[in-house]
Amino acid sequence: MAEARSIVDPALDTRPIAEAPPARKRRHLLLALGIAMLLAMLLVTALGPWIAPYDAIATSPDSLAGPSTQHWLGTDSIGRDVLSRLIIGGRTTLLITFVAVSLAVAAGLVLGLVSGYVGGLADELIMRGLDIVFAFPVFLLAIAVVAALGPTVPNLILTIAIVYTPIMARVVRAPVLSVKRWDHVEAARSVGVGELRIAIVHVLPMVMSPILVQTSLTLANTIFTVTALSFLGIGPPPPDPNWGGMLSEARQFMELAPLTVIGPAVAIVFATLTFIVLANGLRDLLDVAGH
Amino acid sequence: MSASAKPLLQVQRLSAQFTRDAVVSQVVKGISFDIAAGEAVGFVGESGCGKSVTARAMMRLAPEGSSVELGGVVRFDGQDLLQLREADMCDIRGQRIAMVFQDPMTSLNPVLSVGAQIDDIMRRHTGVSRAQARRRTVELLGLVGIRDAARRSEDFPHQFSGGMRQRVLIAMAVSCQPDLLIADEPTTALDVTVQAQILRLLLRLRQELGMALMLITHDFGVIAGMVERVYVMLDGQIVEAGAVDDIFARPQHAYTRALLDAVPRLESAGRLMP
Repeated sequence: MAEARSIVDPALDTRPIAEAPPARKRRHLLLALGIAMLLAMLLVTALGPWIAPYDAIATSPDSLAGPSTQHWLGTDSIGRDVLSRLIIGGRTTLLITFVAVSLAVAAGLVLGLVSGYVGGLADELIMRGLDIVFAFPVFLLAIAVVAALGPTVPNLILTIAIVYTPIMARVVRAPVLSVKRWDHVEAARSVGVGELRIAIVHVLPMVMSPILVQTSLTLANTIFTVTALSFLGIGPPPPDPNWGGMLSEARQFMELAPLTVIGPAVAIVFATLTFIVLANGLRDLLDVAGH
Repeated sequence: MSASAKPLLQVQRLSAQFTRDAVVSQVVKGISFDIAAGEAVGFVGESGCGKSVTARAMMRLAPEGSSVELGGVVRFDGQDLLQLREADMCDIRGQRIAMVFQDPMTSLNPVLSVGAQIDDIMRRHTGVSRAQARRRTVELLGLVGIRDAARRSEDFPHQFSGGMRQRVLIAMAVSCQPDLLIADEPTTALDVTVQAQILRLLLRLRQELGMALMLITHDFGVIAGMVERVYVMLDGQIVEAGAVDDIFARPQHAYTRALLDAVPRLESAGRLMP
């Protein structure tokens, strides 16, 4: 057959390449969504005392009321406004979460950097020590600490910080092990830069991406842990509200006033989702998996 | 004592052995050499012959993650570097002896501006103020041939080409006016035209700053016209040493002849066989 045939497969996508990747835009969308959700949450809880319609611990005879114009989310078993308790309770839950995770990240950074950078015996000691902490189930360890020291907010923060430190340390250590062999580290050493400065200036910035993503994921996990511990009765003591505690108290009256359960449940899911969306957005932006 | 009677650097029976998984490998096998102040010396040999390890051993830079055992004496300006405390060694590195590495693409910290990285070294060694360091940095960048140095000093490594980055690294290495500059395959990662520029730059800086140069390469073509004396290394030992002209004219060792034959020549370029 003399008929000229196209050598291009007709099924081949021949559109200009420039049109191709909308992926990058979507990534930033995810990150923007995460940041927007986080800001909304922080704004509401920061302004809590000023925007909450009622006193979060003031009781009223109007108990287990359904949603109304006075009480948007109804009232709980002793007549407290659910919406106000949600807003104020978020402060406790988020405060515990942020402080605990900050401590875990700080401890994990120091331990992971020392462990990965120094290596040898220091590495063995730190990682085996953290393995011991890691071996405990989160809740068992938390219950033990709170039972021994009392269910106060500082104790809860300390417990959660301890529980999440090993994960952070591992996430820091792994990339440090490879970055410390990079040429620019040796180049820095060859011009007389001290070890401490090399670790902080030439190694640490290279490992920030996985740390950021892990921090965000840990925040999501911690929200869950904090509320679960409160739900089990080892959170901050009543009458001050927190999401886990509210869920626990409302559980018995679930059929009578479903909003008392749905309110805190949605708040917990929203907060967790915020950090997961943020983590995904950051991961895509920083390209932690690929590269 | 005159400078020629007492060399700047005198290495005696230097050895380096690595132990990995209980396997001991002797990479440098008791070599001795010396470098006079202001002298340019070449080290030639195939990859893996121990020339880079020799340089690193002199500066006590062990490859990360390996345990290296050094032996012998590295007498530099009257003191044995192998016996110094680590803190004192840190003062020597960058200030008295500096090094330029093979791969300029990866030898700079990607998150710091090049100016900041050079400032850092001067501030570390000479305690000058931030502003003084920056003035000197801009001078240095101009000296190594980076145009518009004041503005470029604010740029990050990824904004420079490979040849430019090697210039930055050279500026960094000579920032504290070291007595000895070790250049470990400084042009291997660069393309040929840039190679010539970098070599000319090293030559010029050596004369302007009066420093000794230890040029490590696998390529006899790089050595020619750059150095006064050559050491040929093979398998952790020095197999031949001598003035560069003698080595080129009358190579004694079979290995040296083989290395010289490996340099491509224009006149001998017949047709390439497929």
